[in-house]
Amino acid sequence: MNIIFVLIPLGLVLVGFALWSFFWAVGDGQFDDLESPGWSVLRDDGPSDRAQAEAGTRQAGTPRAPR
Amino acid sequence: MTRSPAPPASATAHADGCGCFHCGEPIPVGVRMHVEVDGTARAVCCIGCRAAAELIRDAGLGDYYRWRAAPAPRPEAADDVWSSYDRPEVQAPLVGREGPLAVVNVLVEGLRCAACSWLIDHRLAQVRGLVRASLNPATARAQLAWDPLQVSLGTLLREIAALGYRPHVLGQADTLEVATRERRTALKRLAVAGFGMMQIMMVAYALWLAPTQGMDPVIREYLRFTCLLVTTPVAFYAGWPFFAGAIASLRARHVGMDVPVAIGIGLAYAMSAWNTFTGQGEVYYDSVTMFVFLLLAGRYVEMLARHRAGSTTEALVRLVPAMALKVTPAGRERVACTELRDGDRVVVPLGESFPADGRIVAGATQADESLLTGESQPVAKAAGARVIAGSTNVGGPVEVEVDAVGQATVLAGIVRLLERAQTERPRLARLADRWATWFVVRVLGGAALVCAAWLVVDPSRAFEATLAVLVVTCPCALSLATPTAITAATAFLARRGLLVTRADALETLAGATHAVFDKTGTLTLGRPRLTKVHALDGDVDAALAAAAALERASEHPLARAFDDVPTSPATAVRVEPGRGVEGEVNGERLRIGTAGFVAELTGPVPQALAQAAVVLGGVRGWRAAFEFGDAPRPGAAAAVAGLRARGLGTTIASGDHARQVAGTATVLGIDDWHARLLPEDKLALVQRLRTAGARVLAVGDGVNDAPTLRAADVAVALGTGSALAQASADLVALRGDLATLPEAVDVARRTVAIVRQNLAWSAAYNVIALPFAALGYVPPWLAAIGMSLSSLFVVLNALRLARAPASTSTVPAAVPLPRAMEAA
Repeated sequence: MNIIFVLIPLGLVLVGFALWSFFWAVGDGQFDDLESPGWSVLRDDGPSDRAQAEAGTRQAGTPRAPR
Repeated sequence: MTRSPAPPASATAHADGCGCFHCGEPIPVGVRMHVEVDGTARAVCCIGCRAAAELIRDAGLGDYYRWRAAPAPRPEAADDVWSSYDRPEVQAPLVGREGPLAVVNVLVEGLRCAACSWLIDHRLAQVRGLVRASLNPATARAQLAWDPLQVSLGTLLREIAALGYRPHVLGQADTLEVATRERRTALKRLAVAGFGMMQIMMVAYALWLAPTQGMDPVIREYLRFTCLLVTTPVAFYAGWPFFAGAIASLRARHVGMDVPVAIGIGLAYAMSAWNTFTGQGEVYYDSVTMFVFLLLAGRYVEMLARHRAGSTTEALVRLVPAMALKVTPAGRERVACTELRDGDRVVVPLGESFPADGRIVAGATQADESLLTGESQPVAKAAGARVIAGSTNVGGPVEVEVDAVGQATVLAGIVRLLERAQTERPRLARLADRWATWFVVRVLGGAALVCAAWLVVDPSRAFEATLAVLVVTCPCALSLATPTAITAATAFLARRGLLVTRADALETLAGATHAVFDKTGTLTLGRPRLTKVHALDGDVDAALAAAAALERASEHPLARAFDDVPTSPATAVRVEPGRGVEGEVNGERLRIGTAGFVAELTGPVPQALAQAAVVLGGVRGWRAAFEFGDAPRPGAAAAVAGLRARGLGTTIASGDHARQVAGTATVLGIDDWHARLLPEDKLALVQRLRTAGARVLAVGDGVNDAPTLRAADVAVALGTGSALAQASADLVALRGDLATLPEAVDVARRTVAIVRQNLAWSAAYNVIALPFAALGYVPPWLAAIGMSLSSLFVVLNALRLARAPASTSTVPAAVPLPRAMEAA
């Protein structure tokens, strides 16, 4: 049972790290707008964006990402 | 780019129904304009929409039309006001510096969904010299940072306006900063409480099982100190708002909701810490963290709703234009409204708001003052008439001599009234607080009794037993019983389109005894409706068709009353702002408008028509007269009847003319009505009712209603009305539907009932369980299960509020049940 004298402090350190990351993310404004970033994956980049130049090669050559 | 030829029928049908492809509004008869998007011709309603749609397409942003959730705002064809923002004296108070960059906050009006913000983002991304444009669709704010050497603020604003949105420059620091900071802090506290709660639950589970499994005392002590370590930040960082609130309310010599919560958290923490250090007794770390987390979650939701309703300062920005067209010896010049002084002359174009109070010196017009005074019909303003800042010029361009600016305007006076009403509102003596006081007094009394009893029986255990009473009763009952019920009810009402922006509003709503309605824009739509057509030759349809044909060309509000009349457009149309319209219909020259205007064409006005608001006549003689009324809001009658069925008195308090108010009152069956009230009169009326012992529910939409809303016990604003009214209210009817109001009263009353049940249950549980626990008959694991079951009961009971109320409450007579439900 003595292992809990290591595991619990370790767990608390991990929680502390998670909280620190969360605080950083909040301070960085990542939680200010929870709606519009979700839309970004649905959008095709318009022809004016740099992505258009790459679009042709990407469609032909890039293998589908594994699941 | 160019106008496409008329498309085949299938192509138009493919566009959003039959409305404009861009803004979704119906396409006026006779307008044939199209824009080609994705290879298909789409019908649009006006030049502005066509330009916006072409702009979006040509910029390669056509995807916007695929992803948007709501039609776009209709762009306004306005002259260029944006370049005036490039003048240094206009920019100086607004623009901040960030190294070489200039920074400004902009409120974007007309933002409807995430696709809108994407559109603006991408449009602005194509502008050279713009370094950063972060647009938040939730708050409709954007922060722009640009390089002044490459691009100007005016250019950026023009880009946004060209898409059909309306940017308002807010300056550098404003409520946005405050709201963002508040939200971020709340989120951090919530995270600390949430993480802490999860950690504690794991350890607490082991501690609950400890007595049955024979846990090593060293490990037990170790676990308890771990809990203490984790709970400390939860109680004092995450839970700080409760302590701060309790201190503030005690300083104001009141016992608010925060007081018992703070006592509960503080004592439970103190007792647990004491027991941890002495190594005996029970610890309550699990309760402390759970209560802090649940309470914070409820307050977070409430805060989001409040932010969504907006702030007073923001509401004012939208009312008064930022710029005015000043008449100078050198010609006309765009200046900031803050630069205007008494005696300046400004030109106000048709459709714009007056920038300051003043007197008309040239021209004649009509002003729409409905939001400010409650007057439903536009007021005629000839030379010498006073106009007020914030009202809209709907007649024609006029020149105004400014005689009051800034704080001296009528509008600023209303805002001051609003602030006074807020300070006079007895916010602290609320129902929730009365219960809290009641509860605290009982619990403290009970604890004192227990303490006294133990001092007689066994003084060494008195302290511990007293603390046990306080700890077990306070947090459970008050932390869960009230917030869970209110949160469930709030969520239910939000789905019905009623946004609760202040949590205690529900408790006040349940006790409301008298409803005070505004008329214009609240019980009515504030839009004119044809009530009577007096045709001299008896042919009503022909007169209507001719009138509608002419009025299609007019921007005047009364002209909109003819929009539903089918007709073919007139030819050779000429609009005289503020007077009427002339044109040819079926080969006859006709005029519609004021009696004086038509008389110039037709001859002396017959007696029968002289009193009418709008008359129609032609070269061949007088044709007809038209009377207008204010169209009643759908659902208003049901709301009034429903509230009355629930025992509430009803009153109309309006700024409009007696005749109009009486008409509405008769239709709705309200006997008690007051007309021609100024904002301060309305405020006095509400205060008189309050002094007479009534609990007042105020419903309104206009700027002039804002003080009333704030002074009432509980206030409902219409989401379609002014932002100032919304910022002053406790509930906002988002879809402008009043019929949900009686239902809201039902929900509020059931909420109060459920809170009472929850409080009673918690009290009963504690009263029964405590003596057993104190006498040692209940082992801690059983106590923990009992506490959890008790909490579960309270939460499940509250969740009943989230379900449809039809089965549990009385259904208002005015709202008939669907057949299927009647059968069931």
